[in-house]
Amino acid sequence: MKRFGIAFVSGALFGAGLLISGMTDTQKVQGFLDITGSWDPTLAFVMVGAILPMMLAWRLTRGRRPLAGGQWPAHPKSAPDRRLIVGSTMFGVGWGLAGLCPGPAIASVGFGGTEGLLFLAAMAIGMIGSGRVLQWLDQDTATA
Amino acid sequence: METAWIFGLMGGMLIGVAGLILLLGNGRIMGVSGIFGRLIDGSAPSDWAERLTFVAGLALAPFVIALTLGGAPTHLTSNTGVILAAGVLVGFGTRLANGCTSGHGVCGISRLSLRGLIATLVFCAAGAGTVALLRLLGVL
Repeated sequence: MKRFGIAFVSGALFGAGLLISGMTDTQKVQGFLDITGSWDPTLAFVMVGAILPMMLAWRLTRGRRPLAGGQWPAHPKSAPDRRLIVGSTMFGVGWGLAGLCPGPAIASVGFGGTEGLLFLAAMAIGMIGSGRVLQWLDQDTATA
Repeated sequence: METAWIFGLMGGMLIGVAGLILLLGNGRIMGVSGIFGRLIDGSAPSDWAERLTFVAGLALAPFVIALTLGGAPTHLTSNTGVILAAGVLVGFGTRLANGCTSGHGVCGISRLSLRGLIATLVFCAAGAGTVALLRLLGVL
């Protein structure tokens, strides 16, 4: 029960933060990416505001265990690789096209109209498709 | 300092506190593409309910706030082709790279992760390039 309470409160605070910071407004996000036009630095303030409590959080993991049990997430084993670069490039292009990333896409689903629902559905298809392609790629390397 | 920047900083801190709670509480990284992606592709059979609870909170809280404010503008394009292309790219790319703005950007950079930092630089550059191109084409 405790795990569910924590997950819900975290999700709710995240959603509230996205709305309050203006990040559910695609114009503000595209405005941040518009470095050659009229640049809107709001997203940079959001990132700084979010990274500060998270730096404290990582520090607080030392010598402790998660409150609801389990282990801390492991450090990623691999160095930056091709998947990271190719995937992030694809994500960036989609992000620039619509001004939505996964967090705000879910956070705005209740008030984003049909367009918001359509984006979420397309994103879900992309995510499931990516998993399938990765599975296929891994199988290919395993048999090679 | 403009009001929007102050709201950005305050909302950002809420996002950071949300990540702090999920990490110190459940030992999980608050990365939306991973939490949602593994929920819908069925690759996390043991903790799907916990993921669903997070996603429910993420959708519900801003909906209630927007309702009390009398709506919140998203200014999303009405061009169906652009929405579909962008959605598929965001979904496919974030799962391929194993993270998005929250996982790589917020949680990765704060952990001084090289992968997180590089991913963030790459998707910001690709996003800026795309917006510059849209500007050039006169559609934005």
